[in-house]
Parts: sequence; C-alpha cells; structure tokens
Amino acid sequence: MSGSRERDSRVARIDAAIRVIPDFPKPGILFRDVTTLLLDHQAFKDSIDIFVERYKDLKIDVVAGIEARGFIFGPPVALAIGAKFVPIRKPRKLPGEVISEEYTLEYGTDCIEMHVGAIQSGERVLIVDDLIATGGTLQAAIKLIERVGAEVVECALLVGLTDLKGHLKLGGKPVFVLVEYEGA
Amino acid sequence: MSATRDGDPRVPRINAAIRIVPDFPKPGILFRDVTTLLLDHQAFKDSIDIFVERYKEQKIDVVAGIEARGFIFGPPVALAIGAKFVPMRKPRKLPGEVVSEEYTLEYGTDRIEMHVGAVQPGERALIIDDLIATGGTLRAAINLLERVGAQVVECACVIGLSDLKGQEKLGGRPLFILVECEDS
Repeated sequence: MSGSRERDSRVARIDAAIRVIPDFPKPGILFRDVTTLLLDHQAFKDSIDIFVERYKDLKIDVVAGIEARGFIFGPPVALAIGAKFVPIRKPRKLPGEVISEEYTLEYGTDCIEMHVGAIQSGERVLIVDDLIATGGTLQAAIKLIERVGAEVVECALLVGLTDLKGHLKLGGKPVFVLVEYEGA
Repeated sequence: MSATRDGDPRVPRINAAIRIVPDFPKPGILFRDVTTLLLDHQAFKDSIDIFVERYKEQKIDVVAGIEARGFIFGPPVALAIGAKFVPMRKPRKLPGEVVSEEYTLEYGTDRIEMHVGAVQPGERALIIDDLIATGGTLRAAINLLERVGAQVVECACVIGLSDLKGQEKLGGRPLFILVECEDS
C-alpha cells in the first residue's frame, strides 16, 4: 500500500478521537465510543478515505453495514466506491421479506436479518461495522451473505480488540481493522 | 405518490426507488421502505447530493441523525459539508453521559438521547431522518438540540407523509422534503 507513513498519521488522529468509557455496558468493560470520532470532521473523513482507498479497485458490489453503527460508516464508503448499501438489522425492523441468522450471546441468542433480494448470488460484498469483539455478529453476517450465494471479500472495522481473538471466529475471512486495542 | 421537488430531474428516480410495503408494521399502514433506494447507487448518491447542494453554504456546524435510518443519510451529508455528525439514539445505547427528551407515541411514550457535549451552544444544526410522519420524533430532536443552546436551521427528510401534517409539530422550524407522499 502506498503512502503508509501518511496513513499512519491519519490513524493516530483517528485513534485519539475515539473515547474510552469504562464500565459500559457493564462493570469491567472498556467501551470504545466512536461518537467522538464523528465530532472530528477531518478524522471521520480520514477513516472513510482509508477504507475507500483500500476497496475502490476491488470490484465491490455491495457494502453491508451492521445496525446501528455500521450504518454510519458503511454508506459513505458505498457511495464513494459505487456500491449498493445493504443494512443488516435486528429482528422485525426490516419491512419486507427477510432472511435471518441466529447467533449466540454470552447468555442466550440474538438474530440479524437482511432483505430477500438485496444481495444477489455471486456479488462481492464488504461488511462494515464500527467494532469487532468476539466476532459473533460478524460471523452471523458472513453466514447470511454466503447463504444467498454472495462472496464476503473482507470485513472492515474501525476498532478491533485483539485480546478477544475475534478473528479466529471468522473462518478465514479477511478482517481489516483501522485501530487495534488490547484488553477487554 | 407525488414526485416532484421543484422539478429537480433527479427526484423521480429517487421516488421510484423507494418501495411501498403494505401492512407494516401493522395492517392499514403503507410503509415507505428506503432500503431499495440504497440499492440504486445513482439514486442514493443523488439524494445526498441534493441535500449537500442545499446546505453546503449555510454554515452548518452539526448534522444530527435520528436512529437508525437517519444514520444512513446524515453522515454522507455531514462529511460533504464539513460538519460534525451527532447520532440521536434510543435509550441506553449511548455509552457516555446523555441528555434525553421524552415524546408521545400513539400508545405510551418513547425517548431519544444525545451525548452531553456533542453539540455546543450557538452551533447551527441540521436534523436528518429518512421519513417524517407525525413529526413527534423530529420535534423531540429539535427540543433536545435547543435545550443545549443549538440553533436548528432545518429538518431534512427523504420522505414526507403529507396527510399526517408532521410539519405542524415542528413549531415553525423549516422542513425540507425530497419526496412528498400521500399517506393513503
């Protein structure tokens, strides 16, 4: 990748703009809050530009964004690279016919859904979300997309928590993380 | 559905890309589904371009987007006009200290929240959502922004349901609609 030094300085600013909130949603968790990144126009723009530079020549047909913070980062990337944007949502939010995929939580299960017909068989898909932790939601999204016969080219995240070894759950699908952190 | 927005030739394509889903979320409702607009890259881009053309010279400091579909349209506009993006969210989603505003539903109440410090007194704000129906959510968003001392310059929606007279709830704040629809 050309200009790696330039990319490094943008990443430092992006990293600095992300706020850490202790004990959210529960004690012991250090929550990475990207809303403060969105208040820094240049850093927000840089984060999108880095994704666009990476994906614009990869013939991506679809950017799939995971509700809700994936809706913030996915559409600007989709618009810049000429791709469709497809929202992947919590249950009962999408009005039309859906396909859904269940996934396991620490306690119990949850479900994500996508509209039937939004993604066609054979299309090349980029999944975007703000953060990967255990990778459970992302893995469910990969399964959904593969079930309709499309190809997940990569998963792109603003933030990755390396300690949680989330990458191992994604079954060999490449994961690109802009800012990595250690610790839960 | 009527289509014209001051005769802009891009609007008919935007209008045509929005799907109607009958009886969602309950019988008798004709739900306007913007997800099909997001599958038409040119039409999605045009909708953003129309907003950007309208607001880029208006010294907008903040684009506030209402969860969740406001997160799809707000950030591309914010990025293009050099503004911050501030998500306005359902309760208990934002990790930091929040201000919240309650509003009335057909049955019961709901709340929207914003991070303390995201918007400064005196800042000029644009609120974006995909659709205005009764205007209750938009009115709550206006109240929140004005409580922290911001000036709401305009509310912008892709779709307006004219029969529901949502504009009346906005207390005189300007409303800009791309596609006007009759509710029935």
